[in-house]
Amino acid sequence: MVKKIFQRGYIWLVLAFLYAPILLLAVYSFNNSQVIGQWSDEWTVDLYKQLFASGELMTTVANTLILAFVSSIISTVLGTMGAIGMFYSKKRTRNALNTVTQIPVINAEIVTAISTALVCTMFAFGRTYVSLLIGHVILTFPFVVLNVTPKLKQMDSNLYEAALDLGATPTQALFKVVIPQILPGIFSGFLIAITLSLDDYIITTFTKPSTFNTISTFVFDAYAKGGRSADVPALRALSTIIFAVIIIMVIVKNIVSNKQDLKTKGEKRR
Amino acid sequence: MEKEEKIIVLQDVVKAYDGQVAVEKMNFYVRKGEFVTLLGPSGCGKSTTLRMIAGFEMPTEGKILLNGKDITTVPPYERPINTVFQRYALFPHLNVYDNIAYGLKLKRFRNTYIDKNGKEKVKIEKLSKAVIDAKVSRVLKLVDLEEFEKRDVTTLSGGQQQRIAIARAIVNEPEILLLDEPLGALDLKMRKDMQLELKEMHQKLGITFIYVTHDQEEALTMSDTVVVMSDGVIQQIGTPKDIYNEPKNSFVADFIGESNIFSGTMVGNKKVRFINKVFDCVDDFPVNEKVDVVVRPEDIFLADEGKGMVDGVIISSIFKGVHYEMTFKVGKTEVLIQDTMERKVGERCSIHIRPDDIHIMEKEFDCNRYDGYITKRNTVCFADGEFECDVTQLYEKSHLDEEGYLVLENGEKIDLTDVDVKVEVGLKDIEIIDNEEDGDACGNIISIVYKGDHYQVIIRTDEEEEDFVVDTEYVWNENDRVSVKIPPNKIKLKLKAVNQK
Repeated sequence: MVKKIFQRGYIWLVLAFLYAPILLLAVYSFNNSQVIGQWSDEWTVDLYKQLFASGELMTTVANTLILAFVSSIISTVLGTMGAIGMFYSKKRTRNALNTVTQIPVINAEIVTAISTALVCTMFAFGRTYVSLLIGHVILTFPFVVLNVTPKLKQMDSNLYEAALDLGATPTQALFKVVIPQILPGIFSGFLIAITLSLDDYIITTFTKPSTFNTISTFVFDAYAKGGRSADVPALRALSTIIFAVIIIMVIVKNIVSNKQDLKTKGEKRR
Repeated sequence: MEKEEKIIVLQDVVKAYDGQVAVEKMNFYVRKGEFVTLLGPSGCGKSTTLRMIAGFEMPTEGKILLNGKDITTVPPYERPINTVFQRYALFPHLNVYDNIAYGLKLKRFRNTYIDKNGKEKVKIEKLSKAVIDAKVSRVLKLVDLEEFEKRDVTTLSGGQQQRIAIARAIVNEPEILLLDEPLGALDLKMRKDMQLELKEMHQKLGITFIYVTHDQEEALTMSDTVVVMSDGVIQQIGTPKDIYNEPKNSFVADFIGESNIFSGTMVGNKKVRFINKVFDCVDDFPVNEKVDVVVRPEDIFLADEGKGMVDGVIISSIFKGVHYEMTFKVGKTEVLIQDTMERKVGERCSIHIRPDDIHIMEKEFDCNRYDGYITKRNTVCFADGEFECDVTQLYEKSHLDEEGYLVLENGEKIDLTDVDVKVEVGLKDIEIIDNEEDGDACGNIISIVYKGDHYQVIIRTDEEEEDFVVDTEYVWNENDRVSVKIPPNKIKLKLKAVNQK
């Protein structure tokens, strides 16, 4: 009994440690105080009003979303193509390519950031939207590959052959049989790409054009100026919204993969 | 046979994966409308052959002809051939209807029509929905799954999925239907039912069936022609009756049904001696030739002691339902007998075999032969191994001096290093050792056949893929990793003619 209480208590402690700061932030997003810790009088949604009224902040949010969306779509297409290509190549080629694509995952982000910036400057277009996009694709692409490859491995290898056998050309077989089979992997790869791109700071900061800001770079700059910026309290509201959105995304993803599991279990039972 | 009748012909087809040969120089043909089965143990190349006919694999060498036209490089989606896969390979994201209609929806045909101006025009058209519907419901009826159209394929039982897979293939009206162990995943009862149904379907549809299985009973039940394969090589092609009654070699005899295989010697005109007794037989072989004798267990009749041809004792008896399976011992040789009358263990009795039931085959191996060479240490290298041997047998009355030179009768000294030799080793002279390190060459056991009083084991080495054929009293398992040892005095060496300078 004591052991059980201890076990439960430990879990709650860990969860509190992880989530208390975020909850605190969320609570203070409903208060006008300049600094967290000093509660001023009453509950209010002023910060949210301020957030949506601030043109600069809203541009930043839009920038972040557009960047995340575009880079994730590019990554998802490239990553899926890469994963399929790797899966159907010879063992030696596959292993080599696999290692190469996974290096950005392990590599320190700062190295990726600096090297991307260097290469982009070298090839004359400098720090533009293109270099920023390239940076984010490099960041997120390996995660799409990581999510798609297991789905390919799970797929019955005869399915593709069955499609060819029934008269589908390789392209038709790819789009009508292989892609539908690995769609859950593509989808979760896409979600991970979006979340990674949304909150990335290091690569963004090194590859972005100087006048362009995403939420992360904006927040960082705002606090770097000593937190005196008028927008700083409104960032609490923004952070809370981001957190809420991410929570929703995680829940959606889990529901989708649970459904998938149930379906595969159902298949195996027979 | 008329040439037009051959729907598919394999000419000298070879398939190798990274130098490993899976199918060796295969030649066979299938007649239109025939039910042909490729039969063999797993890894014998039967599935590879099927995949080459389907177009999933390209032969390394050789040609595949369909109706006389070379289709070797034609991709699978352009071949009028459909496949039923071992694990069905139904598309899980589509329902039964869409699975079956998959091929039909992709089909395009040339429609020639006369337009308003009276000109003849050709249009490439899809099949209409009504035509597809009609075809799908017709095949569903054929496989006894009417009204299953809307069902999710993942909710079907194994047997039902199997039927859908067959329906999906035959709805395209292929010229040839390939079936890759399609019943492997079903339970015994269902398998038997499906065997009969497939056979019936074959007769109804008139399509050529090429079937792959490792189950000899399945092959014998269903086929018009059986192609027995082992190790990438066709062992025998024939009707089920021929294959069963007249096996060409001991592999086929052993693989198809139960059989007794004895080593025998021809002792006279149509007289063969085995288990220490001379039997009359119907096969004509040269006198004194060593032969393999095959007798099916059900062809041996038991009689009371002294009343048959050979006396012996029953050492085991197992009830098998329809019959008893008994082991009868004559001297050191065991004989497997199937009879509906039981004889008790320990009972002395006699056996009788009719001349018709004695099938004689040429002995495949009477001796292992290799090409080898002599090393600096006067050992001999062959078949991936180095063996100690007596090199003085190469020249009469020669001997070795202290430095390792061979001294001939006339005093001439020869350095034997790198001299090419022919090596012969008897089947009984090779010792099999469990431990890889203890022998002189190692390899895997690729086949084991019981021959009455001993086993004939074939060990294949890794690199050169040379075979050691060994007669042994001990039982080994296929795929065992073993090494071999040969006593030096049992290795017979002969100089190769070209090297005798």
